[in-house]
Amino acid sequence: MTAATEGVVNLPETIPVNKQPRNWRKAGIIVAFCAIPVTVLVVFTYLPFGSMVGYSFFKMKYIGPREWVGLQNYIDVFSRPDTLSSLKLSLYYMVGAIIQVILALYLSTILAFKVRGGNIFKAIYFFPYLINGIAVGFIFKFFYTRGFVLDTVLQWCGFQLDQLPYWLRDQSINNWSLVGASIWRFLGQAVILFIGSIMSIDQTLYEAAEIDGANKFQQFLHIILPGIKTILVLNIILSITGSLSAFEGPYVITSGANGTATLFVLMDRLAHVNQKVGLASAMAIVLLIIILVFAILQQILFKFIFRDADDGVAKAKKQAKRIERQHHRLAQKNAPIFRNGSRIGKER
Amino acid sequence: MTSNVSSSTNTVIVNKPKISWYSVKNRLFVFFKYLSLIFISFWMLLPLVINFVTAAKTQKEYQNTNVMDMPANWFNIENYIEAFKASNMAVAFRNSFIILITVLFVTTIIGTQLAYVLSRFTFPGNGLIRGLFTMAALLPGIAMQVALYKLMVDLNAVNTLWGYILMMCGTDVISIYVFIQYFENIPISLDESAIVDGASYFTVYSKILLPLLKPAIVTCMILKGVGVYNEYYASNLYLQDDDLKTVAIALYSFTGPMGSKYNLICAGVIITLLPMLILFLIFQKQIYNGIAAGSVKE
Repeated sequence: MTAATEGVVNLPETIPVNKQPRNWRKAGIIVAFCAIPVTVLVVFTYLPFGSMVGYSFFKMKYIGPREWVGLQNYIDVFSRPDTLSSLKLSLYYMVGAIIQVILALYLSTILAFKVRGGNIFKAIYFFPYLINGIAVGFIFKFFYTRGFVLDTVLQWCGFQLDQLPYWLRDQSINNWSLVGASIWRFLGQAVILFIGSIMSIDQTLYEAAEIDGANKFQQFLHIILPGIKTILVLNIILSITGSLSAFEGPYVITSGANGTATLFVLMDRLAHVNQKVGLASAMAIVLLIIILVFAILQQILFKFIFRDADDGVAKAKKQAKRIERQHHRLAQKNAPIFRNGSRIGKER
Repeated sequence: MTSNVSSSTNTVIVNKPKISWYSVKNRLFVFFKYLSLIFISFWMLLPLVINFVTAAKTQKEYQNTNVMDMPANWFNIENYIEAFKASNMAVAFRNSFIILITVLFVTTIIGTQLAYVLSRFTFPGNGLIRGLFTMAALLPGIAMQVALYKLMVDLNAVNTLWGYILMMCGTDVISIYVFIQYFENIPISLDESAIVDGASYFTVYSKILLPLLKPAIVTCMILKGVGVYNEYYASNLYLQDDDLKTVAIALYSFTGPMGSKYNLICAGVIITLLPMLILFLIFQKQIYNGIAAGSVKE
């Protein structure tokens, strides 16, 4: 009895009214938990990024004197034949990225619904994503070698060996071969991403559409595509950034010979073999800017494409929000302003 | 029961003779659906299967038969043994294993801690830290290596395991987002009641929230683990000692003296992807979920 009453009496003291000590503990845990990850992030990402921006204005090696050259490195990136051609190569990989997204959309639209052996197909498409880039390189070097896997399959289909091009040597086709290997490797990742988001679309929408007489393609266009647009945008960004940073494929399969040196293969060579650190840094910066531009462009483009994708529901929502905001503003305008409990007048 | 069966067969019989244009179209649709699935599967599997076939061939067989011919002995493991020895895989697997365990342990701890702080407290730097991590995701890793290399030289971290591990420990934004998402699904009243009971913030994090986070941790560990195991570029730069090489470097060493012995290379490829295959078969669902979870933002 006494203990209970005592407890009641002491209650105001046990509940910390003064928040100061707890705030101190809070600050402590925030600092303790953020310190290491933020330090690692800054030291290994932002510090090198900063110094890379700096290097790009110098002619320099890793060790030894450096010479200020201003924007010369950037001019070189766009005027040297090797860097320019590697920039152009990115276009191949971007086309590859788009093919990959379309293929993945098709496959995931099928696999998100009931399909016999769906899990097996999913596993087959996805597994290459887990394979080491170097291993993928070897696999495809073997795959494309004259008279080996691809040629044999095509011979089964009735082609003659001497009609077939050298997949890795012929400059008109070798980059497409490499793009093919890249699609092979990353298709599954895109498929899995799409399947996940397609499955999260409300099932009743399909039933409603079917009752309304929409065919499968219309359903795809008007239900699935708007339903997964966030993931779609993300996936296109991922594919394009991934395709711009293609490295292991050309590095292992052709070691960048015969005009297959992508930006990173060339950058690796310039930085670590020729030790042209300044030029390589400028290349990296140019690449980053391209990636950023793409990220922004896609955002704008998709806002444009999907501006009236869902029968004006979004429009109506926006309208409602705008009206609500107006009401809110009006109410605020007319509301009296209080300070320290006493009315001090109206705004304006 | 019996009436049930007969009624169901009845409906089938009623439906069967109706061969309308619609059903023909439907069947064609189904046919093309499976045809395309199988066709693409064929191209996805072909390189791997032929790799496996070639790995089982002896040197003589490899030289004298077509690549698509089957090996005489499917269980010829000589190539595997030779590839394993020639590239010093034992050392490579040991190093990769050490790196994997350390990096996974450290990133999980600091990643969950950061996510806990970011999701549970509002403080002035919260948005800034989130922004820093998101921005970092846009910078491709290889591009940074040009400048990072000089930093690593200055830190005396080149050709050391710890330097490489430290560099790999940078928590990636994907796992942070996954963790934050999970934290936000755990009701905050759980923390509050524990704190009222006298628990410190650290206790709340380690005793209450961390166990609840297990699925997210497994997901992120798999994703990060795959990334670390497959990483080649940085390990090639920073681990050039023979004693320090990882599995990816060991595999790359096949380009040198054994560049044309594809049966050996294929065996090497199979050796390095075997751990991934086992992991995949065990954690298939988790890996799929991880990929999907990693992409969902906000």
